[in-house]
Parts: sequence; structure tokens; C-alpha cells
Amino acid sequence: MRTDDLIRGLAADTTREASPGRAVTMLLPAGFAVAGLLFVLLLRVRADFLPMLATPWLPFKFALTLSLAVVALVLLLRLARPGIKAVPAVIALLVPGGMMALGIAAVLGVTPPETWMPGLIGHNARYCMVLVPLMGAPILVALLLAMRKGAPTRPGLAGACAGLAAGGLGAALYALHCTDDSPLFVLVWYGIGIAALTLAGALIGRRVLAW
Amino acid sequence: MIDREEAWASLMRSALAGDQAAYESLLRELAPALRASVRRRLAGMGQSVDACEDIVQETLLAIHLKRHTWRTSDPFGPWLFTVARNKLIDHVRKRGRRIEIPIEDFADILPAAEERPGTDAADVERHLAELPTKQRAVLRAVAVEGASVAEAARKHGMTPGAVRVALHRGFASLASRLRAQD
Repeated sequence: MRTDDLIRGLAADTTREASPGRAVTMLLPAGFAVAGLLFVLLLRVRADFLPMLATPWLPFKFALTLSLAVVALVLLLRLARPGIKAVPAVIALLVPGGMMALGIAAVLGVTPPETWMPGLIGHNARYCMVLVPLMGAPILVALLLAMRKGAPTRPGLAGACAGLAAGGLGAALYALHCTDDSPLFVLVWYGIGIAALTLAGALIGRRVLAW
Repeated sequence: MIDREEAWASLMRSALAGDQAAYESLLRELAPALRASVRRRLAGMGQSVDACEDIVQETLLAIHLKRHTWRTSDPFGPWLFTVARNKLIDHVRKRGRRIEIPIEDFADILPAAEERPGTDAADVERHLAELPTKQRAVLRAVAVEGASVAEAARKHGMTPGAVRVALHRGFASLASRLRAQD
């Protein structure tokens, strides 16, 4: 086909996709709803949720996981647009990173050393490692579908970012249930769950986000 | 060069607001600029320039299908150069070479546009033949024969809405076939 003809055809095609931002706004709630359904079916909100909300430890889990999710989402939307530099925005990951460091410093500073290991090992580490990725999985699917409307020049990195955001949101959801509150536990076991989802996002993203 | 990018940005803004004529003239201006830069890059890498027109067409398709990822408030140049670089890298990588091209290279050579209208390309034509019948018929009628959507609808006994859908799906599947080819 001649290029002139191709151009004539392209100009006649007035169908336009939703922008990456709109696609995320439309699909993310759907992914979150499925994750919420999984939560209702499999888990329940911890019995001591309200009293624990008054301690620093439970709000810490939400602040950490939600700030991670927000930063990853912002990064993701930048990666969706060609010509927008995403790498400088990586610095924003210092927010959840710094929060994690503060949490660790707090636990090591104010709690007695003999509680550190029990806190780290917790009660439900194995469930946590499985349930964080499970809660995040529908959100990852939604974000990957939304990103297919975008044009990430680095599909693997974009997929990893989607996995990180999904991991953060999935972890926040799981934190409604989880009774292990030590930041050491969160660092290790939530970390493993979120890392697994990030890796999955990277691997899937490389395949499905190329354009 | 900044002037030209600003003119392109303004055409794209009109295009995204629904001005089909502005869109067509934008694509017609971009084609020779892309052709010149792709040929320079291919020659610079010691690759045959035979594939030039295929890459230009694949890039135009990508610009078209991803135009909603450009925000009207962003500069147009970096968006365009990134899409073009991506398509060139894809094309060369499929032929087994790993390459790195700094984005500045695109910005530098774009002013040196040279017109070679009507150059033939093989890839789009080859994949067009494998599209579903309706998509292929509509795409040919509108692009090659220059039919309007309404004319194509009458000719193939479809509603105008169905023609629009077939046209868009046709371009989208052409792009994904081009990406998947070896």
C-alpha cells in the first residue's frame, strides 16, 4: 500500500481510545471491586480493628501500602506516555521507602529486643505471602488492561510498576484482616508478596504491553 | 525546528478536537520528515534502506493508534520522536540486532526532510491480505479507493457505524500483526 493511501485511510478513522488516565480511572475500581469480593469471601476484618487503629502500628501499615500504591500509579501513568520522563519520578519511591525506614527505626527504638523476632515471624506469614498477591491480582489485571491503551516504551518496567501499585493496594486490603502489626513483619512478608506481584507484572507486561 | 514542532502540535490539537482535514495534513507533513530520519538512521547503522518505507508506515500507524497518549499541554516533539525511535528500534531488533539510539538523534535530523512520494512498502500490503474480509474490504475502499465512510457503507452493504468499527479494528490488527512479524 502506498503511504499516501495509508494516510488517507488513517485520517478517515476517527475512532479514538480512552487516554491512559481515563482507562485507569475506569478499570481500577473494577479491579478493586473484584479484590474486595475476594476479601469478603475469604477473609474478615480483624476483630480488634477499631482499637488497633488508635495505635501507631495499624495506621502505619495503611500509610505505607497506600503511599506505595499512589507513587506506583503516578509512575505508571508517566510510563504510559511516550516522551514523558518517568525516571526522575522514581525518586518519589523514597516516600514509602522512608516510611518503612521510620517504621523499622521505631520498632527497634521503642520496643524491647526480645519482641523483635516474634514480631518478625508473626502468626500468619505464609498466608500473608499468598494473600497479598491474591488480593492484588485482580487489580494487576485491571491496570495491565488499562495500560494496553497506553504506549509504554518500556513494557517490562510498566508492568512492574502496575504490579507494585497492585501489590500496594492488595496489601492495604489484606492489612484490614492481618493481625501481625510489627513493621518488621510488614517489611519481610508483605514485601515478599508485593515483590512477587511486581515480578509477575514485569513478566506479563513485557508480553502484553508492547505496542 | 521548534516552530515546526509547534505547528505539528497545533495540527494535532485540532485533530484531537475532531478536525479531520488538520489530521490528514499533519500526517502528510510527518511522513517525509519520518522518511528522512529513518533513512539516515538506517544508513548510519549500516542497514539497508529498503525497509525505510515499511518503518515509516508502521510509525504512522503507531502515531495514529496511540495519538490519545499525547496530552495537548505536552510538547509534541518528544512524544513523536519517542514513538518513531521505538518503531525503528523494534524493526531493527526483529532483524536480530540490539541497538541504542539517543532520542536527540531524531530531533537533530528531522529538519532534513526529503520528499519521496508514493514509495511502495511491502509489509502493510502483506498483512492486509490476512485481515478478516470485512476489515480488508473497508480498509481498501477507504484508503486505496478514497471512498468516504458513507460510500464504503453503501458499497459493502454495511451501516456507517459498522464501517467505522471495521476500519479502526483493521488498523489496530494491522499494527499488531506488524509487531508480531519476524
